[in-house]
Amino acid sequence: MAADSYDDVAKNKDSIPSLEVPPQDLYHAKSWWTKYIFCQDAKVIGIQYALTAVAIGMVGLVSSWLMRMQIAFPGVIPMEAGAYYQLVTMHGMIMVVYLLTALFLGGFGNFLIPLMVGARDMVFPYVNMVSFWVFFLAVIILAASYFVPGGPTGAGWTLYPPQAITSGTPGGDGLGIVLMLVSLAVFVIGFTMGGLNYVITILQARTRGMTLMRLPLTVWGIFTATVLALFAFPALFVAGIMMTLDNMLGTSFFMPAIVEFGERLTYDGGSPILFQHLFWFFGHPEVYIVALPAFGIVSDLISVHARKNIFGYRMMVWAIVVIGALSFIVWAHHMYVAGMNPWFGFFFATTTLIIAVPTAIKVYNWVLTLWRGNIKLTIPMLFAIAFIITFVNGGLTGLFLGNVAVDVPLSDTYFVVAHFHMVMGIAPVLVILGSIYHWFPLITGRFLNERLGRIHFWVTFIGSYSIYFPMHYLGFMGVTRRYFEVFEGDNFTYSIIGINQFITVAALITGAVQFLFFYNIIVSSKFGKKAGKNPWKACSLEWQTPDVPPTHGNFGKDLPVVYRWAYDYSVPGADKDYITQDTPPSAVANAKAEQT
Amino acid sequence: MIVAILVILVTLGSVAFHMWSPWWWSEIASNWVGMDDTIILTFWITGAVFVAIGLFMAYCIWKYKYNKDKRADYEPENSKLEWALTIITTIGVIALLAPGLIVWKNFVTVPKGAYEIEVVGQQWYWMYRLPGKDGVLGTTDIKNINDDNPFGLNTDDPHSVDDILIDADDLHILKDQTLKLNLRALDVLHDFYVPQFRAKMDMVPGMITYYWFTPIKTGTFEILCAEYCGTGHYSMLGYVIVDEEEDYNEWLSEQMTFEETLASNGKSDLIKIALNKKNDL
Repeated sequence: MAADSYDDVAKNKDSIPSLEVPPQDLYHAKSWWTKYIFCQDAKVIGIQYALTAVAIGMVGLVSSWLMRMQIAFPGVIPMEAGAYYQLVTMHGMIMVVYLLTALFLGGFGNFLIPLMVGARDMVFPYVNMVSFWVFFLAVIILAASYFVPGGPTGAGWTLYPPQAITSGTPGGDGLGIVLMLVSLAVFVIGFTMGGLNYVITILQARTRGMTLMRLPLTVWGIFTATVLALFAFPALFVAGIMMTLDNMLGTSFFMPAIVEFGERLTYDGGSPILFQHLFWFFGHPEVYIVALPAFGIVSDLISVHARKNIFGYRMMVWAIVVIGALSFIVWAHHMYVAGMNPWFGFFFATTTLIIAVPTAIKVYNWVLTLWRGNIKLTIPMLFAIAFIITFVNGGLTGLFLGNVAVDVPLSDTYFVVAHFHMVMGIAPVLVILGSIYHWFPLITGRFLNERLGRIHFWVTFIGSYSIYFPMHYLGFMGVTRRYFEVFEGDNFTYSIIGINQFITVAALITGAVQFLFFYNIIVSSKFGKKAGKNPWKACSLEWQTPDVPPTHGNFGKDLPVVYRWAYDYSVPGADKDYITQDTPPSAVANAKAEQT
Repeated sequence: MIVAILVILVTLGSVAFHMWSPWWWSEIASNWVGMDDTIILTFWITGAVFVAIGLFMAYCIWKYKYNKDKRADYEPENSKLEWALTIITTIGVIALLAPGLIVWKNFVTVPKGAYEIEVVGQQWYWMYRLPGKDGVLGTTDIKNINDDNPFGLNTDDPHSVDDILIDADDLHILKDQTLKLNLRALDVLHDFYVPQFRAKMDMVPGMITYYWFTPIKTGTFEILCAEYCGTGHYSMLGYVIVDEEEDYNEWLSEQMTFEETLASNGKSDLIKIALNKKNDL
């Protein structure tokens, strides 16, 4: 039962719900190997996930540099068309799946869930450890595809058949596509182990008093995203298996009768559009798998640093859940011009634009949290503000692409590239960066360097906005994406060379400043300013651990008991401008907190 | 203060870029003016929201800057405000969706009497087929494709013999003639896209897709393949030339039918069945 009665305060006693399950002992590491490598502590696993994701993410980042060089300054870095398409493909796949998904769910999920819900660890620590190593294996398989004859697949991250497995595409008739699909399948297996852990931990291992409606929004975001992923990834998994069968055994799930370069292939009767349905049934929820954790985390960043409760908490929770549910019935808006029955357009345009309503509510509530707040312009807050701008921008361009008739001219142009980078590339990455500045003191006990951080913030924000905002206008002109040589179209209203060079320079600078950030992390983890306990004066449980950084088991001898939501900032009558979640009502008897 | 100013600069800078940058769409050359209008409408509505949120946020950052002697407001919920915003947003979404769906209704409804022609995509070039004198495109099957029959026409179909085959990247069409493009791909996905016509649709092997439009301006317009189709994707270009009647007929008279192509190669016996059937019609 929940301790949500403030009547108890009048009687001057705090109601503490009884324990439902006796405390369980954790596995304690016995050697260096079990402490740092095959570790069962979710915090260490989270960091392992994060480091692995960022490491492979660097391959994605460098790929984007090379692509941009080819687009704006062709010939400076000699490159063939096939190599360019391999860069495009690997950049997309790495960033979406191996960086963002793994970092948000595997990284932030592992580190924050047990701490924020008041648990000692994930409910299945051993499976959690295996989950990371299976993910690691998926990354190794992906990386291996760079070293096979023909190189990695160049099919585009959507891997559309028939081209993904035919000879006109790099890696299509070799091992490139095989390894890509195997790596994804292994990734899904690893993720399922971790994902079940996150969901069950949030549902079953919350500490006493931590009702669902007292969870920090970070946990709500990661929880809903994980549920989406558990439902969505199987579609990718089966699509990958079916395409592998088409490729290796000559089945025809996705392959119709085709003639390639004058040669009749043996396939007959399959449907390329079936693959697209399966892919986007995974692919659209995937957008929200990345976005929902960012929504949750940014809500907490804004609330803590504006010293104000998140505005409309219940609406925020429902918006997350509704967006998650709707994300499963909008997938075909990626396929308006794919050749499916055109009457589907009516349905999917309607569902897609309905999503705009809960999404807009979230934006309003973030901004209304700032309103009448007491805003500290710390680095995490700056990143949160930048997130709102980029997310609003990217979300609004979604109203162009979701509206089927408007999508027709814009589909497959740079407008699409600009839109999704703004909304699911830049916006979530800004949240990731902000939250690293926010939680770094918890992870290491030290602050990141402030001056370097501010340089990093401004260059990253202005730089990334300069990359993607102008790019929309190339799309309006009809500049098609995935062109190895960007040409001067005969009928373009203005040269696109200059603007492409500007975008490339902005991309190089924005990418380079991330290395300043890595330098900051390495140096500050050793020499940074000591942070002490709860340096941001936050209410949520992860900051209330007896040790900083929290040790194995998180909460010392006794688990905390929760008496309130995570947002009791600036409560009238309280001595301080925050009341932590584990503060009993009797300790703040004068505070006029609402029932939460 | 600086942060608030920069938020304002980013917001208004985006608007300024929109108003004054030279990168904008080229003049429309088809009947799909409705698509352009819906885009402009979407710009007004979303632009207003973008500016409102950006400026309001800048105001909050400036007005409610941290002061250790002050406290933030404590107001967990305000259901009146939340519902008002929800309703306004819903109205905005309907205002965008309704005109969009009307345009889409037009797009998926091919007018009666549209002139049907075929566009074929393969790695990495285009081919076209016109129905010829009988006004009907002959049926095809991918199994029939060979050097003599690059389109895979059924050799026993009487409608195929007079089909005009254009094995080149350029296509001429007639101004003001409503066209239904039947789209076919022989190997992988392609997409026949001319920016000035606004419309596009993927071509999918194993099925026939389509879209329709009416060219309203003469001129030469570049075709871009808009669906990634392998290493040569970027070079899969061509031209559509929109002609007045006289020029169009001149071009048309230079093109050869299926029958004539085979005859010139001495392979007329391949379509003997079709020719017999045609005489019986």
